Amino acid sequence: MSQKMTGAQAVLESLKREGVDVVFGLPGGVLLPLYDAIYQSDIRHILVRHEQGAAHMADGYARATGKVGVCIATSGPGATNLVTGIANAYMDSVPMVAITGQVNTWLIGKDAFQEADITGITLPITKHNYLLRSAKDITRVFREAFYIARTGRPGPVLIDLPRDVTVDEVEFTWPEVDLPGYHPSVKAHEMQIKKAAKALMEAERPVIYVGGGVKYAAAHGELIELATKINAPVTTTLMGVGCFPEDHPLSLGMLGMHGTKYANYAIQESDLILAIGARFDDRVTGKISSFAPRAKIIHIDVDPAEVGKNVRVDIPVVGDAKNALQGLLKEVSPKGRSIWNEKTEGWKKEYPLRYIPDENVIKPQYVIEKLCEIAPDAIITTEVGQNQMWAAQFFVHKDPQKFISSGGLGTMGYGFPAAIGAKIGRPECDVIDVAGDGSFLMNSQELATAVVNEIPVKVAVLNNGCLGMVRQWQELFFEKRYSATILGRTSPDFVKLAEAYGAVGLRASKPSEVESVIRTAMATDRPVVMDFIVNPAEKVSPMVPAGATLGEILDLEWCDDAQSCHLEKIYAKGRKDILGREGF
Amino acid sequence: MKHTIAVIVENKSGVLTRIAGLFSRRSFNIDSLSVGATENPDYSRMTITVQGDRDVLEQVIKQLSKLINVIRVSELDPSESIERELAIIKVNADKESRSEIMQIVNIFRAKIIDVSHRSMIIEVTGDEEKIDAIVQLLRQFGIKEIARTGKVSMVRGARVIKA
Repeated sequence: MSQKMTGAQAVLESLKREGVDVVFGLPGGVLLPLYDAIYQSDIRHILVRHEQGAAHMADGYARATGKVGVCIATSGPGATNLVTGIANAYMDSVPMVAITGQVNTWLIGKDAFQEADITGITLPITKHNYLLRSAKDITRVFREAFYIARTGRPGPVLIDLPRDVTVDEVEFTWPEVDLPGYHPSVKAHEMQIKKAAKALMEAERPVIYVGGGVKYAAAHGELIELATKINAPVTTTLMGVGCFPEDHPLSLGMLGMHGTKYANYAIQESDLILAIGARFDDRVTGKISSFAPRAKIIHIDVDPAEVGKNVRVDIPVVGDAKNALQGLLKEVSPKGRSIWNEKTEGWKKEYPLRYIPDENVIKPQYVIEKLCEIAPDAIITTEVGQNQMWAAQFFVHKDPQKFISSGGLGTMGYGFPAAIGAKIGRPECDVIDVAGDGSFLMNSQELATAVVNEIPVKVAVLNNGCLGMVRQWQELFFEKRYSATILGRTSPDFVKLAEAYGAVGLRASKPSEVESVIRTAMATDRPVVMDFIVNPAEKVSPMVPAGATLGEILDLEWCDDAQSCHLEKIYAKGRKDILGREGF
Repeated sequence: MKHTIAVIVENKSGVLTRIAGLFSRRSFNIDSLSVGATENPDYSRMTITVQGDRDVLEQVIKQLSKLINVIRVSELDPSESIERELAIIKVNADKESRSEIMQIVNIFRAKIIDVSHRSMIIEVTGDEEKIDAIVQLLRQFGIKEIARTGKVSMVRGARVIKA
């Protein structure tokens, strides 16, 4: 029995049928009819203070819950403010539906007030997008959009909604999805699974290399089962952090540019890489031509275009990670411990992640360790840069939905709004944004959102007074010319900033104050900003210099003679040599 | 190395932009692209010629296939398919040169579709090499304008590329 309603009401009804209970947005002129329908609906609307915040909140919500996140922005500047958030979700394959207002259909193309061609602008950063031209298409398009966003390799879908389309009356129908050009591959080919299993059985030095695909397929259970069954060590990308418990004896932690030495050594020594839902990003592979030189590569990915894109693959398996892992589990037989396990465990003991503790100055790594000690089950979101790498390295991650970070795009300003989204999706969890003083300011206006909506997220600002990651590179490769990276005292007082918004501000300037600040913050049921005044000279270590192979990973703080010699060379050659190498 | 691919797409607005945009942002090189209606009004067919090695071609096909509006992508093996392009060429033609041009037109089984005191328009159909050849021969008279359609291609025999 169909029912007559306005386009705006049809949008809300479609959202409800797709199971949406919260949307993040900010209204505007062309969205008045839609917001009028939101006013009368029981869908929760979180009013943000900048549309970029809405996109990142929807993204954080999606990553923490596995559901599709929804954000709304008005036409023109509202829509363009979403762009970074959409690009971020696209690079990290996050299921999201972005709804933008658009000028009346008869004004499109006339450079009307607040008009922007947002479908044109977002073409390369969405999985798909739509410009609705008629109210009768609303329900079909919304149903397709959610289906596309969450299936196959997930991603953002944008729906541009002209004002008149939301006003027109329409009969509500709920048509089945019919997309002749969209067939997400889910089931892995049986022959390929058999080949992969055989290779795993024959391998002497296997490494399982895991990316975000395992998280999206909720395949971490199967992953643990497979790794323990065949005693294969597991390393994860930044996106895969948490897919394999880092306190597990087979865990090698993260690999790549700021990964662990033992993960990178294991990759370079291995004779078989089982890549699952990972895409051989340049930050992971180092110099690609000498990545895992002795290894056969099995690549499981739900997106066929990823297989063979960056590296040659010996055994391609196109399919969903869960399905493929279940297939592999049936085909492999148990393998005992080997010399290889002893070797990787030896590396773990010999080259642990470490830093030089200090009694007088707060080391950022120490803050992360304390966070992990006091709130081991918290959801950790991060900004981008040094704070992100330390959060990945020094927190012991065990749950794929509890580490939320901007991987592909590397968006500073992501972590705080993402934390708000995550907290709304998982209110029972503590949520902590590990931030830098540079990146936190990029979306700190969302403190107002957190306070007004009573969302008790915590922010740990590792305040080093500089844009630390870029500063680190300048120190290493640009002869310490710190061009535009020293913020010094130009940043606001973060305690006062928090208080100005009605949040709680706490500060630790000495190592002895760190624990009590964290404990107070965690015991406070309000948004809290913790300002940790940390050592400005601290570098993220170890590090694979851009263009180097993973085996050339350097410990920047703890150098033995041979390594410090190598490091000296890097300092000296600096611009001349390193700049000329690939990938810089 | 050149490859020809046939792409069946949904006949909707913006699809050409999606495909052209994909080629530019992934740095794929298009030599030629032609698009037109098919036997099914819901679908259009594109013939695209791309430059690159096998790896590039594989990426082109996979990335195109990911677009929601793309129904099917097939590579056309040049030894098993025929290809045609149409060109119309406006050349300088006066009393002295007209008969020589007409001879060339006859040899190429081309057609003269417009004549004036100082020019002619010639229509020619064939594969790329044939069109290049007639263009080369007509150059001596002075070519004023050329419009080429880009290549269309189809597999020989009964096999079809359909949605």
